[in-house]
Amino acid sequence: MKLVGKARKVGDDINTDYIISSRRKRDTLDGKVLAQYLMEDLDTQFASTINPGDIIVAGKNFGCGSAMEIAALVVKEAGIVAVIAESFSRNFYRNGINNGIFLIVGDTSTIEGGHRIEIIADDKKFKVTDLTTGKIIACSDGLPKIMSRILQEGGLVNYMRNYGSFKPNRTNTK
Amino acid sequence: MAIHKKPTRGLTIVEKIISSHSGNELHRADITVATIDTAMATDGSGPLMIEYFKKMGGTHVFDPTRVLLIMDHYVPSPNDKVSRLQDIMRNFAAKGYGTIISLGEGICHQLLPEMGYIRPGHLVVGADSHSTTYGALNSLGVGIGSSDLAAAIISGALWFSVPETIKVNLSGHMKEGVGAKDLALYLVGIIGSSGANYCAIEFQGEEEELPLTIEGRMTVCNLMAETGAKCAIMPGDQRLQKFYKTIGLPDIKFVEADNNAVYCRMIEIELSRLEPMISCPHSVANVVPISNAVGTPIQMGLLGTCANGRIEDFAVALDVMGEKALASGFQLIIVPASRRIYTHMAENGMLAQFSNKGALILPPSCGPCCGSNAGTPSDGYNVISSANRNFIGRMGNTNSYIFLASPASVAAAAVTGYITDPRGVKL
Repeated sequence: MKLVGKARKVGDDINTDYIISSRRKRDTLDGKVLAQYLMEDLDTQFASTINPGDIIVAGKNFGCGSAMEIAALVVKEAGIVAVIAESFSRNFYRNGINNGIFLIVGDTSTIEGGHRIEIIADDKKFKVTDLTTGKIIACSDGLPKIMSRILQEGGLVNYMRNYGSFKPNRTNTK
Repeated sequence: MAIHKKPTRGLTIVEKIISSHSGNELHRADITVATIDTAMATDGSGPLMIEYFKKMGGTHVFDPTRVLLIMDHYVPSPNDKVSRLQDIMRNFAAKGYGTIISLGEGICHQLLPEMGYIRPGHLVVGADSHSTTYGALNSLGVGIGSSDLAAAIISGALWFSVPETIKVNLSGHMKEGVGAKDLALYLVGIIGSSGANYCAIEFQGEEEELPLTIEGRMTVCNLMAETGAKCAIMPGDQRLQKFYKTIGLPDIKFVEADNNAVYCRMIEIELSRLEPMISCPHSVANVVPISNAVGTPIQMGLLGTCANGRIEDFAVALDVMGEKALASGFQLIIVPASRRIYTHMAENGMLAQFSNKGALILPPSCGPCCGSNAGTPSDGYNVISSANRNFIGRMGNTNSYIFLASPASVAAAAVTGYITDPRGVKL
């Protein structure tokens, strides 16, 4: 699978309250409505300047703070297809994959906002290239099998529809 | 589920709990499907969980008495839109999919322990990041999102990776004026906002008894979410045994780590050397000794939340305040963490004491901690709070500044009007 999008650069420790504030999310579950407020406390122009297919490029600990999944949903509904970060909080990592967003741990230090980024994903690995500079971005291996399967299904909803449930089967799913 | 294989090496508490819920002996970095004992959603995460449940084609849950739907973030509902979202939870429970715990009963992280939903060795998933709190009772509490929770209540199980464990050894005793919150903030400061990402944090005391009250253990485990930890867990001891007895559970067995368990990092804390700490805007890990921040003017204080909204916390605050009045113009907001705590405070006169000082008393709930309820600071306000997060805009105004500290330090600022070392106030 290949994705190409424009980088939207953000910093370290972008918490879920910054992604979507509690005062917004209390009124509706509609990710499309909330998407217009994405990152508004950091940058009031952020949401209005996103084009579908854009890629968030972040520093350390993206998605820290609350476990609220609406943060992942809002990122997706805003049209963001992937997030590349130095690291992710564990809750956002699960929530993002569960909503079918490509989450890639990589060295984002050389990527600048506006660069065109290419992501090629297969079962086992990601390949990320900064098309603006031609630089190949060092990134982590692919996801654990279970997460990879959830992402391939497009998220946890489809996974559950197709597999029915999680069953402790006395075998290691690694 | 019993583990049939003889353990091949020492296990941490968390490795044991995940193993016992999957039927295999598991070690750090293993990935498994494990059964869950209890699942919890709040009015912050529950309506979205129900939407995922429907999209997944959910037709049943593993045990409706163990699917708790708790209304604590918006109490009472501030508008018609929130009321409709809370109705989604009521309707879901009415269909037999879960158990409603309604407005005003209290905060999820106080209620699960208080109502006996937590047992040693249990695996509890909560759609709220501070579910780490349950580790105080020797159980594994993990925060997850709404879609994971929907999958978990359908399956009665969920996939987990087995975390590496950081061990924190506690020796000595805290001095007067220093509390569990100071220990918690100190740890967040040294571990950092992502220093324990994907890890478990296991505590152990030098002596047989862990030198922390059960309430204090809940505070510490709660705050460990701010290090990125998946869970935090305390060992069992007589004090915890006594706690379980008081909630009607006399026969419990604790989970202990093996002597040769493998840890990824050891942190030694000499409690007598701790001093009051404060977390400065806008990151929880931005922690300094309170002496470094003394004198900063404060306009508003919050005493409560799942971090510090318990009897012990309010008692310490009242003790620090003594006969002193609130500083001129100071807004002090009091939010007991549960109805049981609220009632107790009404009966023992604590609510009257706070009220007589001019404090605002809110119903048991998350209160203004995350900007979901009344109590929003104004522009340029410095707020001192016993809560657990101080991000920009957290309390509903991006032009305010939140300092996190112990109930004693909140009380000290409330009577002086500026950041004050609580050890000096009582003199």
